[in-house]
Amino acid sequence: MIKRSFIGLAKTWMEYDALDITQPEPKKIPTSKKATLLLGRSYDHKDSILFNIGDKVKTGQKLSYSEDSDAYVISTVTGTISSISSFIGDYGKSYTAISIDVDENEETDDQFKAPAGDPTLETAINYLTGAPGNPSFEIFSDPEKSINAIIVCGVDSDLLMTTNQYAARADSNAIEIGVRILKKITGVDNIIIAVPQALTIDAAGSGAEIMTVDSEYPSTLPLLMVQNILGQVVPAGKSCEDMGVCFFSAEAVASIGKAFDDGRIPVTKTMTFVNKNGEKTLVTARIGTPISEIFKAFDVTLHEKDRVIVGGPMTGSSVYTEDYPVQADTDAVIVQDRDDVALVSDYPCINCGECIRICPANVPINMLVRFLEAGQYEEAAEQYDLYSCIECGLCSFVCVSKMPIFHYIKLAKYELGRISTVEETNA
Amino acid sequence: MLNQKKLIVSHAPFCHDGSSISARSYHMMLAALPAVLIGIFQYGIPAVGVVSLSISFAMIWELAINKVTRRAISIGDGNAAVIGLLLAMLLPATSPWWLVITGTFVAVVIGKHIFGGIGGNPFNPVLIGLAILMVSWKDFFDFNEALVNYDLGFAMAYPLSVLKQLGPAGIVKYSMIDLLIGQQAGGIGATFGLGLILGGIYLIIRGFIRWEISVSFLAGVFFTALVFNLNNPANYASPLFHLLTGYTLIGAFFLASEDSSSPVNFISMLIYGASAGIMTVLIRNIGANVDGVVLAILLMNLINPLVDRIRPKALGKVV
Ligand code: SF4
Ligand code: SF4
Repeated sequence: MIKRSFIGLAKTWMEYDALDITQPEPKKIPTSKKATLLLGRSYDHKDSILFNIGDKVKTGQKLSYSEDSDAYVISTVTGTISSISSFIGDYGKSYTAISIDVDENEETDDQFKAPAGDPTLETAINYLTGAPGNPSFEIFSDPEKSINAIIVCGVDSDLLMTTNQYAARADSNAIEIGVRILKKITGVDNIIIAVPQALTIDAAGSGAEIMTVDSEYPSTLPLLMVQNILGQVVPAGKSCEDMGVCFFSAEAVASIGKAFDDGRIPVTKTMTFVNKNGEKTLVTARIGTPISEIFKAFDVTLHEKDRVIVGGPMTGSSVYTEDYPVQADTDAVIVQDRDDVALVSDYPCINCGECIRICPANVPINMLVRFLEAGQYEEAAEQYDLYSCIECGLCSFVCVSKMPIFHYIKLAKYELGRISTVEETNA
Repeated sequence: MLNQKKLIVSHAPFCHDGSSISARSYHMMLAALPAVLIGIFQYGIPAVGVVSLSISFAMIWELAINKVTRRAISIGDGNAAVIGLLLAMLLPATSPWWLVITGTFVAVVIGKHIFGGIGGNPFNPVLIGLAILMVSWKDFFDFNEALVNYDLGFAMAYPLSVLKQLGPAGIVKYSMIDLLIGQQAGGIGATFGLGLILGGIYLIIRGFIRWEISVSFLAGVFFTALVFNLNNPANYASPLFHLLTGYTLIGAFFLASEDSSSPVNFISMLIYGASAGIMTVLIRNIGANVDGVVLAILLMNLINPLVDRIRPKALGKVV
């Protein structure tokens, strides 16, 4: 993949991939025989769940978890529920996994048709969570946060992928509708669309204010966008939402537009697929399709010790099974041959200073990592700026010792987060 | 889910720029090669002996420590070899075998592993080794005496001791060009200025050493010497002379810039390098020692943790 330049003194320059404007339509991955929907709530078989094995579901049908929970998932296929189980994602996030045997004859549920006529925030919350691009509306009903700006990302958050750039270009009509609806239902007038220089023309009709973003990684990470676009510095440890800014991907806004426009919830996700040889192709697949279907379509043979990555090369996550379903926020799927898998080592930091040169947040990583290795997370946070880290992963990328620095950082934040949650509950 | 293929699962990021410790070490040795080769060319077999002995024993000590402490074998990263090579470059070609073996022992075991191995050493291991040898067996480091049996067709007196004894009047016989191309007495790999400069520039361009340290070190030496020289040219040598003699160049490119014992933040690196340079000339000009590089760098190693606290404000930090 990307390598250090011969002239090591020169800054490592990593550019986002630009959308190939001549690119043909995305390749369509056929709907698989089985689909798996992930409902964002932990599964407990003792709960009185509102759906059962054997139930028939239609495309677009809302499957709510239980009477006393708001959690739901929209079925993206027509078929019969074949199993319900628990699924644990990254950092212990738990889901209820619903497997569906897909029917040949597709039927569409029209429950959304009526409420779609009059767009409200409530309708969006009740139906569009988990639509392609994964729009999230909870923040608007959180009394503690007041959102005054929405940034629509027509840029991609990681290297190699062009998913949202594609949406910004191909779905500009839907985005225009989406922006209009967002303004209406959230009451936020300040909507900005962030695009790379090349797509400013496509974004012109969106009705949102246009801002261009640098093509150098990591300028599209949320915290840096808030800084560069809005000129606000987010204090360490605070989120963009604390500052009144929230993000929607271009695809999510397009989903909102399409859903309210034709009264049907979109179910197809666009992704960038990166093959073992580095070839990139845009593909579309139903949410819930196992990623093995994509491999099948591209004739990829997976071997032991290959690596499958969901998301980008810098910030994505690797998965242990090719049955992993396409999710609403799966912007990229990458396969790496076992020979190309970059491994970490257990060497200590040699204090070479490469990470210091590249860190966009001026984190004293060479010191930080010593404390993280020793598990001294509090010191790390207090003295060595753990919370200034914007999670770009560049430090691990350049580390001469190949330390899993980014992993340490995420783990430290996670552990500290758990401690403070426990303290809050005990208080 | 039988017949599941076992995929590799790990944390992001999933790519790496391909740099490695061993590449760093090997390029360091490569960059030192011209200077070493000239040394070997000048001093012949004894120099070959010292260099080989030093490198092999540095690696043997490393291996021994790996075994004793039951850690993974780490000689493959080349760091021990670099330590051995650099130590040899600083020694006179006439060093007896036990001196070399002791020196490498001190460097690798006491200078590096006692502090936890690579990355943990607060002092440059090579300089720790050298300093102990210099204190314990001073006579071997009197280059005049050590190299008395050599006649290589140029003045075999160690320029810095000549300067100490006779003042600038004594050093008129050294032309700058001669000093630059290694026509001077000194450590095996420390005299060929041109080679060291080229090696250093190579390391800087490839990003294997931090240029800020080398450049500020040289600037520190140059300007301090200049101040002395301008005030009293009869007593103090020219800045160029200071740059090209003793351990100045090898110090700037290979010793002061050692990773673990030097700072990584920009301003800190400048302070560190410049202070070491200034100190070097102070020791040479008003101290008792002939050369000041070793002591100056060790002293700066000592305060490095303090200096390296000067760092840019982290993003979003509210003070
Ligand atoms: S991931 Fe590393 S390089 Fe990126 S902001 Fe955090 S500490 Fe800095
Ligand atoms: S890049 Fe790795 S080895 Fe170098 S200073 Fe940073 S953490 Fe240490």
